[in-house]
Amino acid sequence: MIINKSSPIALDVIKAHGLTTEEYQRLLSIIGREPNITELGIFSVMWSEHCSYKSSKKWLKLLPTTAPWVICGPGENAGIIDIGDGQAVVFKMESHNHPSFIEPYQGAATGVGGILRDVFTMGARPIANLNALRFGDPSHPKTRNLISGVIAGIGDYGNCVGVPTIGGETNFHASYNGNILVNAMTVGLVQTDRIFYSVATGVGNLVVYVGSKTGRDGIHGATMASTEFSEDSDEEKRPTVQVGDPFTEKLLIEACLEIMSTDSIIAIQDMGAAGLTSSSFEMVSKSGLGIEMNLDSVPTREINMTSYDIMLSESQERMLMILKPNNEEMARAIFEKWELDFAVIGHLTDSGRMVIKHHGKTVSDLPIDPLINASPEYDRQFVAVKKRQMINIKNVSIHPPIEALKTLISCPDLSSKRWIYEQYDYRVMNDTIGLPGTADAGIVRVHGTNKALALTTDCTPRYCVTDPREGGRQAVVEAYRNLSSVGALPLAITDNLNFGNPEKPEIMGQIVEIIKGMSEACNVLDFPVVSGNVSLYNETNGEAILPTPVIGAVGLIYDIKKISSLSFKKDGDIIILLGDTKGCLGSSLYLRELCDSEDGAPPQVDPNLEKLTGCFVRKLIFENNVTAVHDISDGGLLVAIAEMSIASGIGAIINAPQNEMLSHAWYFGEDQCRYVLTVSPDLASIVLSTAKFNKISVQVIGKTGGDSLILNGEEGISVTELKQLNDYWLPDFMESAS
Amino acid sequence: MQKDKSLKVAVIVFPGSNCDRDVATAIEFIIGHPVIMVWHRDTELPSVDLIVIPGGFSYGDYLRCGAIAANSPIMRAVKTKADSGMFILGICNGFQILTEIGILPGALIRNVNRRFVCKDVLLRVETTNSIFARKYTIGCLVCLPIAHSEGNYFADKATLDRLDDDDRVAFRYATTEGKADMSVVNPNGSVRNIAGIYNDTRRVLGLMPHPERLTEIALGGIDGKLMFKGIMEAFL
Repeated sequence: MIINKSSPIALDVIKAHGLTTEEYQRLLSIIGREPNITELGIFSVMWSEHCSYKSSKKWLKLLPTTAPWVICGPGENAGIIDIGDGQAVVFKMESHNHPSFIEPYQGAATGVGGILRDVFTMGARPIANLNALRFGDPSHPKTRNLISGVIAGIGDYGNCVGVPTIGGETNFHASYNGNILVNAMTVGLVQTDRIFYSVATGVGNLVVYVGSKTGRDGIHGATMASTEFSEDSDEEKRPTVQVGDPFTEKLLIEACLEIMSTDSIIAIQDMGAAGLTSSSFEMVSKSGLGIEMNLDSVPTREINMTSYDIMLSESQERMLMILKPNNEEMARAIFEKWELDFAVIGHLTDSGRMVIKHHGKTVSDLPIDPLINASPEYDRQFVAVKKRQMINIKNVSIHPPIEALKTLISCPDLSSKRWIYEQYDYRVMNDTIGLPGTADAGIVRVHGTNKALALTTDCTPRYCVTDPREGGRQAVVEAYRNLSSVGALPLAITDNLNFGNPEKPEIMGQIVEIIKGMSEACNVLDFPVVSGNVSLYNETNGEAILPTPVIGAVGLIYDIKKISSLSFKKDGDIIILLGDTKGCLGSSLYLRELCDSEDGAPPQVDPNLEKLTGCFVRKLIFENNVTAVHDISDGGLLVAIAEMSIASGIGAIINAPQNEMLSHAWYFGEDQCRYVLTVSPDLASIVLSTAKFNKISVQVIGKTGGDSLILNGEEGISVTELKQLNDYWLPDFMESAS
Repeated sequence: MQKDKSLKVAVIVFPGSNCDRDVATAIEFIIGHPVIMVWHRDTELPSVDLIVIPGGFSYGDYLRCGAIAANSPIMRAVKTKADSGMFILGICNGFQILTEIGILPGALIRNVNRRFVCKDVLLRVETTNSIFARKYTIGCLVCLPIAHSEGNYFADKATLDRLDDDDRVAFRYATTEGKADMSVVNPNGSVRNIAGIYNDTRRVLGLMPHPERLTEIALGGIDGKLMFKGIMEAFL
């Protein structure tokens, strides 16, 4: 098919590409003529929210992104931090929300594939995957199938590629009924002298396409009737969800790492969202050079593909590399060994323009820098979110603690996620330390060393909706606590900000406040944001999801012998509550699961106190003074203790302080900056006195032992029953008829 | 530490193998010297004492698990070696390949619940009459991880009876009490709870669990280490 350059673009085609009239006018003034359909497609994806961050850019600048150990912050494919000994960690989290709702298996699978490529394109071998999932209400008719498809998709992709999936979180809330969240994170390991970036330099160097062939999958313009730009118009709307092939991805990892061990690659970038368009534009825009490509050389898997199709395809498992010309044959041999396509499709020029040829004709000739630099940045209207009032705990009904615990430990959010993680190969690569569910963070050893990385993902959306500022802070400090709980020094984070429609001032208000809150916590904790992803327009029928700023965090463990887990270790250990208990039940799980209310101000966050307490906990672990550590979060103190019992099969006797506070507030309040520790009796006094010396609240609340959890010598429940309640909700739910 | 130089090991690498490095690292740590990695397109095997076919998804497991690998150039060479008495260990996907090529009887079909399953399982050692199991004791329980979608062992009754009669069932899935009879629910639906079997010369072992994944305390256990130590000491 040949594009008629002279035919003017119809208004509805411009609209269907998601460009506003103002944006189209700006485009006309940059290129000084009407674009053709291929060029329009290129503009639309480059200026899309996904590629340009036009709504969030202004506010993302508030986040701290530097620290002495940060090698590469936001702007590249992934962030990089130094872990010493000439090694660095490359990591990022990215959403695949909409595709996963449309086609859960492929949507989730390709989400994993995409984030893996973001990491290995920088020269790193992926060593761990995590995922943060949000599903709708379990009673919603779609929820069960969505869970089933998403988990199988994540599992099958990661399992085949051979990267362990070691952690994450899964929550449920009705606000996700029509818009689930699938946020996937990959962590990779690289030698600091073997890091690859995406800046294309050197006029005359080759532009090389490797990986799978290009098909018509994922072309965004599929929403348009193809008659408007194609003669053979019986090709109706095609599925926009891409199909993943983890086997090819595995080959691509091995082939890329093999060629990266040579000195032949100048730059490399994966073809993610907006495929060949964004990868080629981004690579040359960073160097100010130009590029000339011949689309006839692009390996395709369908016949009669147009230049529009080829430039906008989101076919998976493809990469773009810049090579020195004299290395072509050596590079080709590597990709042929791995049975992957390898095609020289163009070269770098000094023109500053992207010139694309197809079937002997120039189908696109665009200036690169003006296009990138003129990408819109919006200062969208926002209104301050109306924060909820503190609730008076005297007005919250009191349930007997054991009965309330039984309800909480078996509720969807707190129930065991064994049904999920047993579908993930969490052991492949043979460096996974500890089994899922046994510590506050997943841990992988740095291969061949005694170091390890602790990894976690965290967010409490119910806090983010009732007080976005506190919610933003809380997501960061909870990640910090989870890393500290296993003895890891928190180093840096990646964020995946999921929100509704930013054109609504109240949604924009959430975005602004949450980013401010995150920024405050990150600054205090020396916890920079080195990569991230923003997912907006998560709405169905005008109803937005709960604001969900997921934090993915990385911490370093210097010695794998100095790691703590959350399970009780033996009878007779002293149970210590670290941190101040105020009894905040606002926005708590107790309120939601037992009182049917999602109201009230969430617990307040004090980042300075979190830092002090986190340091103290890490020191205790490093000096082998504690036998178990668990941070207190969803569900409060008694849930944390129950989880420590369930993980070990060992019971506990807990003595709540009398007359100090109402029992539901003490047992189930979700005050921040708290940990449960166990220590041997002979060390208890040292731990208590050093905590006091550091001005950290501390109290002995009981001791481990027996096979039941006993409160104040009266009420009790066997650990076996607790474990059953915790274990069976999810498998029972998945296996019950819909 | 005792380091034996005499045991020579080759690990076959297919496109899509993903436990090749894991098993090589585990064995090298135990025997103290490098193993040889052999590429799938090779047609000849180096001179070694043991060939390991690792876990993973050879050729993407397209068509059927292990089916394409069974027709690869290197597997023709492995088949010849097997016929002449070479020691061969097939783990997970390696077990699937060994059944596809006919070195071991039976087949590994989709797990009964149709889901991938990754967990540590208990196995009962059924016989110690092989270089692979010589460090275990008959009837003892070992803990090894499984990670597969197609680990459901199946064979016809005559084959199963022959395996039992010849004492060729290596491991069965078992309860903490050591029970492995028909009443036991195993993780994938395997007939007679079979987790691993030997060929008729007892020189080829195929098993779904991954012994290489539990060879260090740091990773949660050392029950798998005994298999490799046993092999190494057999060649002292």
